[in-house]
Amino acid sequence: MLIDDADRRILRHLLADSDLANADLAARAGVTPATCWRRVERMRAAGIIAVPVAVINWRALGYEVEVSLRFNLDKTEPRAFDEFLAAARDVPEVIAIETFLGRVDVRLNVIARDMAQYQQIYRTRILTLPHIADIEALMLIATIKDESALPL
Amino acid sequence: MIDLDDTDRDLLRALSRDATTSAGALGRRFGLSQPAAWRRIKRLEAAGIIAGRRVAVDRAALGFGVTVFLGIKLATKGRVSLEDFERAVTAIPEVQVVQHVLGLFDYRLRVVARDIADFERVLRRRIMTLPGVGQVEANVLLTEEALPGPLG
Repeated sequence: MLIDDADRRILRHLLADSDLANADLAARAGVTPATCWRRVERMRAAGIIAVPVAVINWRALGYEVEVSLRFNLDKTEPRAFDEFLAAARDVPEVIAIETFLGRVDVRLNVIARDMAQYQQIYRTRILTLPHIADIEALMLIATIKDESALPL
Repeated sequence: MIDLDDTDRDLLRALSRDATTSAGALGRRFGLSQPAAWRRIKRLEAAGIIAGRRVAVDRAALGFGVTVFLGIKLATKGRVSLEDFERAVTAIPEVQVVQHVLGLFDYRLRVVARDIADFERVLRRRIMTLPGVGQVEANVLLTEEALPGPLG
């Protein structure tokens, strides 16, 4: 599917603020509400935009600790990635999984209510994941910017 | 902080998959009247637990084929240099996420680019010229998945 300038304007504003109602999105993108609606639906049907999802603020639910755990896996084991990822998906406190090309193989985002609970999750659920060769932890202090905007 | 019951957790799980589901449809699914479901959703929003909505896009279809996570260590420290660094890095359009972290690096960045050549341009012209930037580690994102998290 080809994207034109109007689509790009709609996407830019939609990515900047996904809470916008169709009429406001249309006004910002400089198209009529009907055009805006039709184009959003067309891009949704083409799989370019997914359905909007609610963003959960885990801190508001009492999860004060967020740690980014970076793993190197034992690559001598051919099933290392699949088995590690399957096991990581079963840990409820893991809220995101990413795989990489580079020095890091896999990253898990782990949340916990406090350091004591984090320690417990780390010992009982993380260190027991299969095929780990090495782990590094980055503790989140503050999120300075978090946007889905693209330089379209 | 408010206490959640099982129904709240069901609603959160459903909305974090599709935020466009109506209160009526959610109510039917979880055995609530439309107004009761609506009231619960409003309460979750008012408590800041639902922080907003987010639309995922097919970045590759829009011409952004490369996402790279950068770990950045500052060469010089001190309050002023942190502020200078943060102000400059958040202004870069290709940088979607900036997190201040504790550990091997000082900052984690998520950077989008059209291709590897475009990424190299961003890295050389925008990242390496940031005030105070020291060691930089890059990992190219291959896959990512969001998980529902500890919702019961």
